[in-house]
Amino acid sequence: MSQSYNRGLVEDFSRWKEFSAGMWAWIFHKFTGWVLVGYLFTHIAVLSTAIPAQQGEMVTNSAGEQVSVYTNTLSLLESTFIVRLLEVGLLAVAVFHILNGIRLLLVDLGIGLESQDKTFYASLVLTGAIVIASVPTFMAGIGGA
Amino acid sequence: MWLLQRVTAAFLVVVLAFHFFLLHFYHHAFEITLMGTQTRMQDVGYFATMWLFLVTATFHGVNGVYNALVNQGISGTPKTAVKAILGLAGLLLIAQGTRVALYMNGFLA
Repeated sequence: MSQSYNRGLVEDFSRWKEFSAGMWAWIFHKFTGWVLVGYLFTHIAVLSTAIPAQQGEMVTNSAGEQVSVYTNTLSLLESTFIVRLLEVGLLAVAVFHILNGIRLLLVDLGIGLESQDKTFYASLVLTGAIVIASVPTFMAGIGGA
Repeated sequence: MWLLQRVTAAFLVVVLAFHFFLLHFYHHAFEITLMGTQTRMQDVGYFATMWLFLVTATFHGVNGVYNALVNQGISGTPKTAVKAILGLAGLLLIAQGTRVALYMNGFLA
């Protein structure tokens, strides 16, 4: 059951120097959670273009071809550099949330509580490694490359 | 609710990773077309996985936001209002997501 804990104000920025690994993990998990739930609503909104597309709505793309409004919307978004950059950001947020989530599930099961600070640092390093390794894939095809 | 948040988390760890791999590494996001989406969604197993993904992600996300706000100390009328608004937003998202999925697999046209 949800309970209220007095952790003080996160918005009191000067406190950041006092934060332990566990506090940073809590803040990052909360921040990445907000981003992911916001993205979920946006994602369904974008995918909703499949409805008019299935009803036969076609548009002319930049190459002058007739394509469905769904295909054109996704292709237009994916051809934009800022969208690709945001996708890399989304991957970083999702990977950290997954890895830290596994860490939380294990701690809930009584595994690794004494090394919870080390597993937080491991989550950060692994997130960084996975994101850097994924950049070429996420940037593939941008600008017709 | 505490247990359900953990059960959905365990499911989402696997399905979110699968979703990223399939649509960014196996297929590339910039190559996605209506026809490709239709083909994937016409597979009953894939459709069921994606629909469960929608429902569990919505519950986990919306309940997570509610927990974060309770954690910040909201109570009384604001807490009740937040619960109602988030509950309604979650149901609307699941309804719209289901509608989109049924159009994608050709059940609705």
